Amino acid sequence: MIEVKHISKSFDGRSILNDISAQFFDGKTNLIIGKSGSGKTVLMKSIVGLLRPDSGEVLYDGKDFLRMNPAEIKTLRSEIGMLFQGSALFDSLTVLENVMFPLKMFTRQSAAEREKRARFCIERVNLSGADKQYPSEISGGMQKRVAIARAIALNPKYLFCDEPNSGLDPQTSILIDELIRDITREYNITTIINTHDMSSVLGIGENIIFLNQGQKEWVGNKDDLFTSTNEKLNNFVFASNLFKTVKKYIDHSRTKE
Amino acid sequence: MKMLFRSLHRFGDYILLLGKIFSTPDRWSEFFRRFKDEAYMLVIDSIAIVVTISLFIGAVITIQTQLNVSSPLLPAYTVGLVTRDTLLLEFSSSIMCLLLAGKIGSNIASEIGTMRVTEQIDALDIMGVNSANYLILPKITAMVVFIPVLVVFSMFSGLFGGYVVASFTDIIPASRYIYGLQSYFIEYYIWYTIIKSLFFAFIISSVASYFGYRVKGGALEVGKASTDSVVVSSVMILLLDVILTKLLLQ
Repeated sequence: MIEVKHISKSFDGRSILNDISAQFFDGKTNLIIGKSGSGKTVLMKSIVGLLRPDSGEVLYDGKDFLRMNPAEIKTLRSEIGMLFQGSALFDSLTVLENVMFPLKMFTRQSAAEREKRARFCIERVNLSGADKQYPSEISGGMQKRVAIARAIALNPKYLFCDEPNSGLDPQTSILIDELIRDITREYNITTIINTHDMSSVLGIGENIIFLNQGQKEWVGNKDDLFTSTNEKLNNFVFASNLFKTVKKYIDHSRTKE
Repeated sequence: MKMLFRSLHRFGDYILLLGKIFSTPDRWSEFFRRFKDEAYMLVIDSIAIVVTISLFIGAVITIQTQLNVSSPLLPAYTVGLVTRDTLLLEFSSSIMCLLLAGKIGSNIASEIGTMRVTEQIDALDIMGVNSANYLILPKITAMVVFIPVLVVFSMFSGLFGGYVVASFTDIIPASRYIYGLQSYFIEYYIWYTIIKSLFFAFIISSVASYFGYRVKGGALEVGKASTDSVVVSSVMILLLDVILTKLLLQ
């Protein structure tokens, strides 16, 4: 489990995160949602160690990441997988080499063992046959799947996904969401996903944290979303025309009751 | 004043990055694989341009020297001697490295800068790889180890350019040119130019890597980093040239 306690972060005197505390559970898809600029990415980067918060604690299974020594951080890093918004695959490496990369850097496996594990991960994300292609030769959805395969190559305990559906069509988005959810359950990973895609929220939102202007506004799951009376959350959830219509029906049925 | 502080801040940041770069690689096998690739991409790929430029510059120096020193008081072989010393002392190290700062420096800055803006460097950091060491150390070592190869190619092709001019024109007999090349030869000049080039190779690769590694933003900033790296490394090469010349030749 990952827990953040009283995390604050500001840039040039401008507060981006303000006293955020939250818990992210094992084997669950934990979503951080909110408008663009609400602090989602800063929170994720603070948890994962790409940014250092001004104050607060980031606890990985009870151990504060910010107080770990370099050796402990290195060990922890090998337990983290991350899926970036733009996939962040290495251009000069093929799909197979990309997935083999963390194995090459952090295990003592033989080349044959590494390849076997990498091929297993590629197969797990349904990409068999694309192993010899370069990232520039495959679609955005396929790139995301390669990034997931690379992220799970070392059997991570923690998986971070920064806007996994950005730039993808709705059908591919659903496939990626389902893949992340299945992998989370299969390997009992603590998965944290940054998103503002309501389709993802409704599809895989088991533990949802809603951020608004750098503050934690609401916590719940996808079933609580439509019944919440939090005005800021409602403004976010029902911003699209589709959900406005849904809201209309919900309000209508409430008044009937 | 603000600019001075910014420059000092940048210099400090550059030194800190060097500290990160010069640490033990996570995997030596991976370091040597990348070292081989970088040597090929940065140095071997530059041989053609170095040879071409040196050939023409050698030819031009020969013609210009002949025009400027044609005097009955000076022996004809002076042209060969001056061409050789100009190439050895200044062109094949300093001017060639200024050109390489453009070709190789911009290549390094844009490659690393693009990796930064596409989050590939973040991906390495998240995995626990020392990204600066992994990406930059093989570039610096490949450049420093193989720059003498480029310098030697530059020297020979420059001298050959002069020989071609001497052979195909009547400005100076080829035999006199060759005699000039051999006259009053000081072997130390070769070492001097190679020593200088080692420093310049370090400047080109490390400064370009610094600008690429610290890019923030998008494509526009990558382009700017690439330009800045060429400007800064060129100025540093010229400055270092003066210092090294003073230290090594006086």
